[in-house]
Amino acid sequence: MSTLSTEPRLPDPDGFYALVMEAHRGLDEAASRALDARLVLILANHIGDAEVLAEAIALARRAGEEEA
Amino acid sequence: MAARFAPPRYASPPPRHPGGEEAARLVVAGGGLVGLTVALDLARRGVDVVLLDEDDTVSTGSRAICFAKRTLEIYGRLGLGARFLEKGVTWNRGRVFHGEREAYAFDLLPEQGHEYPAFVNLQQYYAEAWLVEACAATGRVDLRWRHKVTGIENRPDGARLAVETPQGAYTLHAEWLLACDGARSFLRESLGLPFVGQVFRDRFLIADVVMQADFPTERWFWFDPPFHPGQSVLLHKQPDDVSRIDFQLGWEADPEAEKDPARVRARVAAMLGPKIPFELEWVSVYTFRCRRMERFRHGRTLFLGDAAHQVSPFGARGGNGGVQDADNLAWRLAAVLTGEAGEALLEGYEAERIPAADENILNSTRSTDFITPKNPAARAWREAVLQLARRHAFARPLVNSGRLSRPWSGQVAAPDAPVLREGQAEWLLRHIGHDGRFTLIAREATPPALPGVTALMLADTPRPGTLHDHSGLAAARLGLAPGEAALFRPDQILAGRAPAADRAALAALHAKALAR
Repeated sequence: MSTLSTEPRLPDPDGFYALVMEAHRGLDEAASRALDARLVLILANHIGDAEVLAEAIALARRAGEEEA
Repeated sequence: MAARFAPPRYASPPPRHPGGEEAARLVVAGGGLVGLTVALDLARRGVDVVLLDEDDTVSTGSRAICFAKRTLEIYGRLGLGARFLEKGVTWNRGRVFHGEREAYAFDLLPEQGHEYPAFVNLQQYYAEAWLVEACAATGRVDLRWRHKVTGIENRPDGARLAVETPQGAYTLHAEWLLACDGARSFLRESLGLPFVGQVFRDRFLIADVVMQADFPTERWFWFDPPFHPGQSVLLHKQPDDVSRIDFQLGWEADPEAEKDPARVRARVAAMLGPKIPFELEWVSVYTFRCRRMERFRHGRTLFLGDAAHQVSPFGARGGNGGVQDADNLAWRLAAVLTGEAGEALLEGYEAERIPAADENILNSTRSTDFITPKNPAARAWREAVLQLARRHAFARPLVNSGRLSRPWSGQVAAPDAPVLREGQAEWLLRHIGHDGRFTLIAREATPPALPGVTALMLADTPRPGTLHDHSGLAAARLGLAPGEAALFRPDQILAGRAPAADRAALAALHAKALAR
């Protein structure tokens, strides 16, 4: 069973961030939300591991609550 | 145009003792699909049944329409399978559309070698009329039409029912009572038993439309079609040129206004286009719910079908789930009533059918959540899934227009397969449970004789007195190696496997299945 990796793994963090920002450029709120949903679906399928995905969802949810 | 169904009117028998009391071993309350099925199954097992129904005909409107393979196999065991195949509309394929385009298609029975298809569509009233005929033919079902239960007292030795008929009232003491009186169960409510679950904030218009259109015999589901923007539509073909169309309306829709025939006609015309004439057979507006009783057994009163659990129609899990309840309970109750088993055998009914109901509710809830997004995020995710599904296979399993009825995943139903018997083509399933007994099948070995168990040999080569597995499919689907045996319960559910030579192990499986 795999576990979610939360170590830094992106070789070019700024480049990745810029790519995502570029993808959202010119989109209204609804289109951006749709893009993010498609992106999550594509990445989730690539990961394919139910436990990792469940941990990722829990972490995302928790991080949002900590912020609030 | 095909001949249309003419609802039969059944005679209402006078009470035996007007104003007096009567006793019965077993009473079925409710002569719908599930009540009639359990009555027939019990009668075929030699149990005398009194069946009470407040009406004097079959269900109006077309209610349940999709009879799943497992349900068809149950009706095969009850001697009605051929009628379903002959009259019903067979389908295995479904198509899902998004906007103007097809998102994907699926085949529910991609393999050959089964007597029954994935689904047969048939109006519930046909099934009920055949069940009434079959019940009457057994000579063991006392069909009491317009005998309405108006009160119940549940006691340790059975249920005392107050019954009203057009020709007077009487009291009926039922040693055993099967409550099959539907989602608004009077018996459940009278006993104050909670029915807890979820209501979906959406409304659906369900119309049975008589038309001759060139839709193939497939299940078609549209998300956001041009003819009904922003909502979903489901289309099923039924016999007699009747089509079932479900239009999603949204929570804000006014249910009374939506039933106005002119309004319904406009919706159907928008879908079919101007060239296809049609008429409306039946129209209703629904809000869907998923809920169940905490327990299905209350002393000697047992609840089945919609009276015990309710689902949304996406997935066809209502009628099929109810028929499978009847299938699960009838052999147990017959064994208890004939003294073959103790009352402990009835515990299996709840142990199996409560998780089965939960599985149906889970699937139905998830489908309804996908079809009826609860918030903007859910809507955005659904759109994302549908968009991706057009071109990318990975997203298609996420599209949920209904997860169609399957037998409960917690047990194994006997598989079907083609076999030869003395050179004649036969189906394996016709040899399992059709005589009402347990069935022991041994591959390439002589099964031991166990009392109350029908023994069969599955042979790899033709041999007299055996089932010849000429295609190898029977052994493969049974999962039997040479020398192995599988024991099936009278409801065709696998009780277990053991070496054919191990008589003690097989006898133990039999005893365990009977809760001895």
